[in-house]
This record gives sequence, structure tokens and C-alpha cells, in this order.
Amino acid sequence: MSVRRLAENQPASFEFTAQNKAWLEKQIAKYPDGRQASAVIPALWQAQKQNDYWLPKAAIEKVAAMLDMPVIRVMEVATFYTMFNLEPVGKYFIQMCGTTPCMLRGSDEIKAVLERRVGEQRHVTADGLFSWLEVECLGACCNAPMVQINDDYYEDLTPQNFERLLDDLAAGRPVKKGSQAGRVTSEPGPRSLTSLQSFYGADGISGPLSDPARK
Amino acid sequence: MTKIVIDGTELDVPADYTLLQACEAAGKEIPRFCYHERLSIAGNCRMCLVEVKGGPPKPTASCAMSVKDLRPGPNGEPPVVLTNSPMVKKAREGVMEFLLINHPLDCPICDQGGECDLQDQAMAYGVDSSRFHENKRAVADPYIGPLVKTCMTRCIKCTRCVRFTAEVAGTMDMGAMNRGEDVEITTYLESAMTSELSGNVADICPVGALLPKPQNFQARPWEMNKTQSIDVMDAVGSAIRIDTRGREVMRILPRVNDLVNEEWISDKARQIVDGLKRQRLDRAYVRVNGKLQAASWSQAFAAIAAKAQATQGARIGALAGDLASVEEMFALKMLVESLGSQNIDCRQDGVKLDPKFGRASYLFNTTIAGIEQADAIMIIGSNPRKEAPVLNARIRKRWRQGGLLLGLIGEKADLTYDYNYLGADPAALEQFASHGAIQKERPMFIIGQAALARPDGLAILSLAAKIAKNIGVVKDGWNGFNVLHTAAARVGGLDIGFTPGEGGLDAVAMTNPGALDMLFNLGADEIDVAPGAFVVYIGSHGDRGAHRADVILPAAAYTEQTGIYVNTEGRVQYAQRACFPPGEAREGWAILRALSEALGHKLPFDSADMLRAKLEAAHPHFVNYDHATPADADALVAGKGGALEARPFGRVIDDYYLTNPIARASAVMAECSAVASGAHAHKEAAE
Repeated sequence: MSVRRLAENQPASFEFTAQNKAWLEKQIAKYPDGRQASAVIPALWQAQKQNDYWLPKAAIEKVAAMLDMPVIRVMEVATFYTMFNLEPVGKYFIQMCGTTPCMLRGSDEIKAVLERRVGEQRHVTADGLFSWLEVECLGACCNAPMVQINDDYYEDLTPQNFERLLDDLAAGRPVKKGSQAGRVTSEPGPRSLTSLQSFYGADGISGPLSDPARK
Repeated sequence: MTKIVIDGTELDVPADYTLLQACEAAGKEIPRFCYHERLSIAGNCRMCLVEVKGGPPKPTASCAMSVKDLRPGPNGEPPVVLTNSPMVKKAREGVMEFLLINHPLDCPICDQGGECDLQDQAMAYGVDSSRFHENKRAVADPYIGPLVKTCMTRCIKCTRCVRFTAEVAGTMDMGAMNRGEDVEITTYLESAMTSELSGNVADICPVGALLPKPQNFQARPWEMNKTQSIDVMDAVGSAIRIDTRGREVMRILPRVNDLVNEEWISDKARQIVDGLKRQRLDRAYVRVNGKLQAASWSQAFAAIAAKAQATQGARIGALAGDLASVEEMFALKMLVESLGSQNIDCRQDGVKLDPKFGRASYLFNTTIAGIEQADAIMIIGSNPRKEAPVLNARIRKRWRQGGLLLGLIGEKADLTYDYNYLGADPAALEQFASHGAIQKERPMFIIGQAALARPDGLAILSLAAKIAKNIGVVKDGWNGFNVLHTAAARVGGLDIGFTPGEGGLDAVAMTNPGALDMLFNLGADEIDVAPGAFVVYIGSHGDRGAHRADVILPAAAYTEQTGIYVNTEGRVQYAQRACFPPGEAREGWAILRALSEALGHKLPFDSADMLRAKLEAAHPHFVNYDHATPADADALVAGKGGALEARPFGRVIDDYYLTNPIARASAVMAECSAVASGAHAHKEAAE
């Protein structure tokens, strides 16, 4: 991690959409009177979603004004959490987990793919499609290595299937979320003796009776 | 009270004490960086670790653990705290090693050297070498204002400055950006701090990260002589320490005085230092053919004597300015009265306060520390943030404790706390009068000069006094009637009756065209004297008063003579001489004594001590130094005065940084003023 600062090129203004504003007012109402500042993280989160996944200065100031907080307090929150992007990101913002379990399962190769195809961290490709960031554990260690692209996890990556995933995203083809190796959730892997499919059916969730072998 | 054993000594401490406070009560010194008695507890530096038996089996941060949270022993023995065990020493050495990992160790080029907490504590807990072979972190230095220089690589993230601006100053200027190793303390987008107390962050910084910018690389703390004195930039009378090297004042720091300023001083009190060197009057001048020409003292006295002999007593007058000491005013009053004049005034702003209405009518009767007892405050025609920043911090402190009802009648302003706004004009005050008794135990009024320095000032004063008596602001055992002054000399002047005698003219009347033939002006620079009168200016700086003068007698500034000042509470305090006046300038009382001899009306004292003895004989409360003698509330005027005007209360201070001749001579104050008004962006940002 390193020091994060506001982006150089900033939009002149930021305004919540009517829908987001209503959503935010609902969030603020969850807290007691005078504790509206508690809604700062949801507010920043929503602002980021609305603004192509990054937070401009105007949005930070807007949130401060809406929550009646000193701007510096909102700024502290925005710079503290790496989930708030202070600079523009690609249409597909890839957060690659590089923590120990993922590293042991080959995240370095995934990283090499990203460095080759996307470039340096925090750098948006010329077509505006991709940017990436190495992050700490995203909590999907069973399916390591993994990345988060925008709101979804993509797991059980290999350089090959990850490249294919990036190709599909770039071409706008539909992609499969979750495991890229055909696993269901985090069931034991293909080399193990048991699997959810052996007991819960071909889709892994329909129950023992759906397994034809057991009939 | 709870029993606790500290290093083998059992003692009783209040249960709400922290371990750190308990250890201090036991006489043990606990090293600390982030802990500050007047700020909230952060517990992030970990330097104050102690060993606790009966607590978790690890070192405990003593600042953040309360005595009542410790468990007693199995047989009900009191909990045991060790401050000097091997475990404590090792733990603190570990903390110190971590703190020094990213600290640059550039003490030889750091202004904090010699008065640095980190340097001092490293002597006790530091290791002689580093085990850290990686690169040290470097941090960019943000601009945070004209008074504080930053060197953020030295910062140890104690967050004292962040807590100070959030809690005491109330401007929320500073914050900690980013996280972990990358934390940076800065203002929002490197804007200048907006507080009038911003200089204090350099004092509370335990390392050399925040330093006073105007004193950058000027002096080492051990080279300077320290003189304990009193600030005169406002009427609060903050306790200060003047550091001098040779004949030069190098810097001004606060002293602790819990009754007045706790341990803060305003930016103006701290940084007018360069104003003491600029624009100084260092020799006498006499106006010849319309031009001021340098003269000797005897020539100047001769010119004054010639004019005085040709002038009737009733056509002579005397004005005293905002920075004059009580001795000077007392001597000037004696001199002018001996010349046969009753035209004496120290109220150059035309304020309608007068000693004949009793001392209670012009004092901050509750006292500044008394603000903390108040449960309701009505501010009338005042902006305490500009008029007395340190006192405003006290109001804010009380407000933060909760349960305080605050109201304001006057010009709307950001006072750093919330208040109910009742209106801007005297009519709002009249309307407030109809509220009847309020359901508060200790309500108080703070009446500013903006409400009193106007033609209907007396009517407003008596109306306020009437309301105060009606609604219980003044009652048995509680006097909540407070006048907030802005001039350091004012209360002293009123105390000795430096006001027009029988048939005498007041300041406004004296300065009108044709009112007088001769005027002695003791540093009154905020008033225009109409052409015609022969003006003798006795003062330290070449400001408005000196430009208008016909004879200039160069006098000492407040750092260069010992003088009594009475603060807005009526507290009699000494400003001590820290260095000598420049050139031929002399102390004010000595000038007046010498002048009186030249005028043939020799004043009856030969030394400052004799003068003070006379002063104390005439006004016995001056004997009680450092003490605010309570005034008799029964004598408070009510029902006098006249009709109220409809005009709203204005403001007394337009530009906080430029309120007196010393501040106007200071380049640092000029820069602060320009930054505050947004007139120019700072240079560092423009690069």
C-alpha cells in the first residue's frame, strides 16, 4: 500500500441522483438524531458506485455537507479505506488478492497476467476497460487464487482461464461468476474423493435424491 | 476513592483516575507522547506502558486504563501497578525503538532540539543503535498556515494536533489521512488553519513535526532567557513566557494558568514578536514647520513645556490607549489633573462603561474559570472568538460538556459552537427581557464592546443589568453579569478612574475639532484626533497616533517595562520586563515623571515602586496581584440610560490580526490577515 491522494483531474461538481439521495436518506434515518455522521461509509460507497467506481473531491465534499461533517473527517475515511478509489478506475476494476493463501496457490502468475495485459497497478488501460490493484485477503481462501472484478468474485484462477475471462470481459461476452474451474461454491476440489455433486446432485444443491447413482 | 498499590506504595485515588494519573499522584513519572491532560485520550503512542497485576498479562497503556477497571487480588488486595519493573522498561524500549524506526534523527537541524519530548525520552528508553536496515519513510510537508511550519517525516502520529483543533480550537482543521505506515497529518487540501489558536499545535507537538514558522532556525531554547509575563493583545491577560536573546525578543510561549488561559494563547499573543522590532519609536521627535524632526529629550520637553504654559488647564486633555499599563495611566492622570484639567479618558472606542456605576458594571464577574460552572450563556454584542480566542475556547470547553444553553444577540458568526440566534439589535434584547426567569441554576451574560461602544451603550448596559437581576443572572452567590473587554488597558483604566472628571470631556469630545488646545496621547492609536490640538504622543510604535503627533516621546512596549494590567475579570497582573526598550525610548512612568518636572508640576514619586505604592494607597485592590477581587453586584446599574437605537450591534474587531499598533507593525500578522481574508494564496501551493 502507499499514500493515496485525490486524482489530479476532478469533475467540477457532484450530485447524487434522486434515487441515490432517497436511498441515502433512508440510511441516515437508521441512526439516532445527531448521529447522522455514522452513515458516512454507506454514503461514500453509494457516491463511488454512482461515479464509475471512484470518488472525486466534489463527492467527498458533497457527502460532508449532507452529513454535516467537517470535510477533513470524510476525507480521513475516504483515504483510510482502500475500497474507496480516489482515482478513476477501468470499467472492469480488478482487485487481485495477493495474501498468503492466494500467493501459495499461484496469485503471482495471475499478477503476471495483469501486469502484462493491463499494466501497472492503478493504471487504466487506453481503452478504459481495465485497471487493477493488489489487495489484502478478500476472504475466499478456499477458492484461491481469486480476484474481485467490480462487485463479483472470480475464483480458482489459472493464467489460462483468467486470460480467457479477461478476453470475454473485453469482448463483452457473458462470463461465469464464482469458480472458473467448475467448482460449486467452495466444495472440495476436483482431485478430492468427495464432492457436493456426489451427494447433492449434478448442480450440487438439489439434494441426495437427485443423484441417479443413488437410486 | 479506590486503593491501589503503585511500586509498593499503597495510596487512595479517585476511582475515575486513569492509571497514568494515579501514578503521577504517587509521584512516578510516566513517559508519554499522545496523552495530554487537556485533550481526549487517544492511547496510540503506547509509551506510557506499565505492568499491572490483576489485569491482562501484558503491558497496559496507563493513559487509557482506568483505576476502577482493575480487578482486586484473590483476597481482595488492592490492584498492583509497577512502573519500573524490567518488563515495563523492556516494553517502553520496544515502543521507543518502533517510534524511532521512521523518525529521521535529525536533531542537529531540528528546532525542537533541546525541548523535544522524543529526544528527552530517548535518553531514558532509547537504544544506542538501530536494528532497522530498511529505508525510512519520508513524508511530504503540507502547508497548514502561516504560523506553523511542518516537517512531517518527524511526525510520530500522536494526533495531539488533530485532537486540539477538533476539541479545543473547534475548527476541525487537521486530520490524519491514509492509514498504517502512510498516515499523514495535514489540513484539508493543505489549506491554512482557520483557528485563532493555531499556534498552539506547535507547542503540543511532542516532536519537531510542527514548529512555529516565524521562529524557523532562529534560536536554540537554551540560548534564551525566560521571563514570565502577561499578554496584552486582548483583555484576557493570558500568562506568557517571553524568551529573549540579548536585547531581542525571540518568541512568546504560553504559561499554564488554569484560572485564565489554561495553557493556550492566541496567535496574536504568540506571533506579534516581529512587531516589537518594526516601526519602533526609538527617539524623540518634534514637529517643526509641519514636519516631524528628530530631537533630544530636552528639546522635546521644552517644546511641550512652552505649549503647556500657553494653554489653560481646561483646554488640556489626556487619552490612554489599549496597551497602556496602569502605572502609566495613573501617572498621566496625576500630571494632567495637576495641570488643572478634568479631560481624561481611556475609552477611545467611546464605550459607555464608567467606574461610577460600580466595578461590577464593567468586569467579567463570573471569572473565566467560572464559565465552566455556567449552565446558560447569553452573548450580547460580542464575538468572543475574535475578541478573546482563549476565553472562547473556555466557552467551547463548557459547551462540549453538554447541558449548556447558548444564545447570541448580535452579529452572526462562527463561534465554534452552536447557539440559539435571537437577533442582531437591541430590540431582540428587549424581547428577551420579557421571557421571565429562566430555569437555569447559573446563567450568565457576556456583553461585548459592540453593544456598549455606541451612543445608546449606557441604555443597553442598564437594560442588560435589569434583565440580569430579573431573570436570575445576578443573585445570591452567583454573579453572571459579564462584560468582555477587548483592550488590555481598559479595566485598569476604569479601576483608577481614568475617565472624565467633573465637567471633563470624554474621548470622542476631546478629539472633536476645536475641543482642546493640547492633548497627551498615551498610545491611543485607534482614534483620529481632529486638527488643531497640539498632540504629545507617548508610545512605542509609529502608528496612527504618532503620525498625528506634534511631539513624540518614545516609550517602552509591554515586553520592555514592568507594568500592571487588569484583565477583563479584574485580575491584577504584572507584565514583566524581558528586555530593554530600543534606542532612547524609556519606560512610560519615567517619561511622565521627567516630563512633569519639565512642566513644573513634579509628580510625587522617584521610582516605579514609589508610584505603585501611591497607586495601591489610592486603589487598595491593586495589592492583590494575580487575584480577581469580586465586585459588589448590588451596585449594578439598572434603569438608567436612555432610549435604545434600532441599529443592530456591529462588530468591534474587523481584522483579528491587526487590532493594535504592535500587531499592525508585524509582518507575520499581516500575512495571517491576508491569508484569513483569502487575499492571496500561499506561496507553497502556487509552485
